[in-house]
Amino acid sequence: MSDVARASPRLPPHRERRGLNAGRLVLQAALLAVVAGLIGAAGYNAAQNLAKAHIAHGFGFWNNTAGFDISQTLIAYSSSTSTFGHAFWVGLLNTLLVAGVGIVLATILGFVIGIARLSRNWLVARLAGGYVEVIRNIPLLLQILFWYNAVLKGLPEMRGSIALPFGGFLNNRGLFLPKPVFAPDFDAVVIAFAVGVIAAIGWRIWAKRYQARTGAQMPIVLPALAVIFVLPFAVFVVAGKPLTFGIPDMGRFNIRGGLEILPEFAALLFALTVYTAAFIAEVVRAGVLAVPAGQIEAAQALGLRAGTTLRLVVVPQAMRVIVPPLTSQYLNLIKNSSLAVAIGYPDLVQVFAGSVLNITGQAVEVIAITMAVYLGISLVTSLLMNLYGRTVVVVER
Amino acid sequence: MNRLATAFAIATVLGFATQVASAQTLKAVKDRGGLLCGANGQLAGFGMPDPQGNWTGFDVDFCRAIAAAIFDDPSKVKFVPLTAANRFTALQSGEVDVLSRNTTWTMSRDTQLGIDFAAVNYYDGQGFMVHKALKVASALELNDASVCVQQGTTTELNLADYFRSNHMSLKPVTFATLDEALKAYDSGRCDAFTTDSSGLYGSRLLLSNPSDNIVLPEIISKEPLSPAVRQGDDAWQDVVRWTHQAMVNAEELGVNKANVDEQKSSTNPEIRRLLGAEGQFGESLGLTNDWAARIIKAVGNYGESFERNVGQGSPLKITRGLNALWTKGGLQYGLPIR
Repeated sequence: MSDVARASPRLPPHRERRGLNAGRLVLQAALLAVVAGLIGAAGYNAAQNLAKAHIAHGFGFWNNTAGFDISQTLIAYSSSTSTFGHAFWVGLLNTLLVAGVGIVLATILGFVIGIARLSRNWLVARLAGGYVEVIRNIPLLLQILFWYNAVLKGLPEMRGSIALPFGGFLNNRGLFLPKPVFAPDFDAVVIAFAVGVIAAIGWRIWAKRYQARTGAQMPIVLPALAVIFVLPFAVFVVAGKPLTFGIPDMGRFNIRGGLEILPEFAALLFALTVYTAAFIAEVVRAGVLAVPAGQIEAAQALGLRAGTTLRLVVVPQAMRVIVPPLTSQYLNLIKNSSLAVAIGYPDLVQVFAGSVLNITGQAVEVIAITMAVYLGISLVTSLLMNLYGRTVVVVER
Repeated sequence: MNRLATAFAIATVLGFATQVASAQTLKAVKDRGGLLCGANGQLAGFGMPDPQGNWTGFDVDFCRAIAAAIFDDPSKVKFVPLTAANRFTALQSGEVDVLSRNTTWTMSRDTQLGIDFAAVNYYDGQGFMVHKALKVASALELNDASVCVQQGTTTELNLADYFRSNHMSLKPVTFATLDEALKAYDSGRCDAFTTDSSGLYGSRLLLSNPSDNIVLPEIISKEPLSPAVRQGDDAWQDVVRWTHQAMVNAEELGVNKANVDEQKSSTNPEIRRLLGAEGQFGESLGLTNDWAARIIKAVGNYGESFERNVGQGSPLKITRGLNALWTKGGLQYGLPIR
């Protein structure tokens, strides 16, 4: 199998033989101590100098009342009783929300565009290529501003809101949908849904093993969907439909009640998704091209159609090349979400490193915390992606 | 991310420097040959470059006055446009010598930021501007309204306080700069726009249809605007403070740009002391004795600067109101130069 590329992430054999010894341990410990000492000295020095310049320092501001309002809060927050610490959590949750949804959407769109670019249909391939080339080369900030101004200018004002079915409204202040209100009995439906998901996964595992053992294919998709959706629905009906909706209604200035999706959130989400998808498309294309042509020829020789080849042969092998650069793109998306400052979306930077920093004046502490948080989010993301990456590595036989 | 870079710069400098420079600003300015003035850049009437790139405005005039006092040349100023977000870090880190950027003098800023305020040169208050089509006559009718506001300002805090104490619910939309907040208000994203009342009149001129917007009568806060300097440099603070006092005293005494030269030979002892014909007041500041005469020659007295930039001689047409002299019912009171 000389044309199968080596994919093992393990170190080459000769490196492994060196191992740890006392000398190298001592050296590394000493280096660690020096770095820690430098950081500690810098921190101490900064505190001393701040005190000399009569600039407030320390983390006492965390428990002071915030005093300002935030336009989108996923947790309870009030300007009169919430502290700067609460404002921090609100900002962090907003960042995680836009980053999380953005990652999911960008991945889906990126995969579609990337594989489309390799299509044999000339028009589809050129359109995908054009999308990638244009989007990649326009700065993200301009794209965010474009989406925000296009979204705002395109939608009607409050008076002329577009009325949606089921009582929703769409205007330049946001998308207002009926807000689901869950009665306590709804917990049973959630549990039923979780049971359904676990049952569906269990069924799939059993069906695969049965196929490996006997060669007979069992239906997977329909029973899975049935147990995931029908079971909770049955529980829902039996429990007496414990779900009502708060309908948004038009007040003098704004729409009250209902679930509100801010145009700032939508603009940031669309811009991040479209931008990162262009990069993910190229990563996916690189991964697919890295799969040796022999694999596709063999699949065709076996009589597999193009779609099945892609799904079962090409993409699983492409994933090991895709995962590391994909991690980088995810980290880029998370950090790029801080451009929310430009359009007023209350993410971590806007709320914490913007409002809180200016009101307390403690730039050093606030920026240090913000950097540490972004570092933490990025490390967790790359850790999870690396764990996933290990599962798609081709195991050498 | 200018503010991020500045904050990181401070952290590095503070981390590895053993001494923060202070008490040297006047000497540093003289050595440099020019004043670094932190200005707004986006506020009509206070600090904004005109289409030819020349900076004009009430706060800009103040910096020119300081430069005139030091160098006898009001053009020896470099204006650094600062946002509400990075103005204090720019002053703390030494990027600017004086912050003349419609900044409110509050206790927390005075005590926690390592800065000092020199003198209130504009007594202002926060107000609201709404679209005329909403038919709102008072700020108390703004329950549940969306309000565009600049973040990191006393405006943001006062807004939340006002709505809370009047039991109204608020939907704030915050932006990093006044420009963006104004643009969002103009496009209909918000029902109301709030900032200092002086800023409202200036900002209204920048809207696509100024006459479709009205300024509501309520003033919901005290906003004493004052130039700021770093703490620990009393000599420099004196220079900045007495520049303002000289301008107010000049207006009280009737000395203006046109007659300052002939007033030097006046017999009025107060005018003689002001313009340096008697006493060594300029030298006690570290300047020349004709420091006040230089200021008035360059930018005029307080009233002239006010009227030219924000008053009847400008598109804003703001009345003197609280900023009139104390003898005319206002709050501007020149400390005695003697």
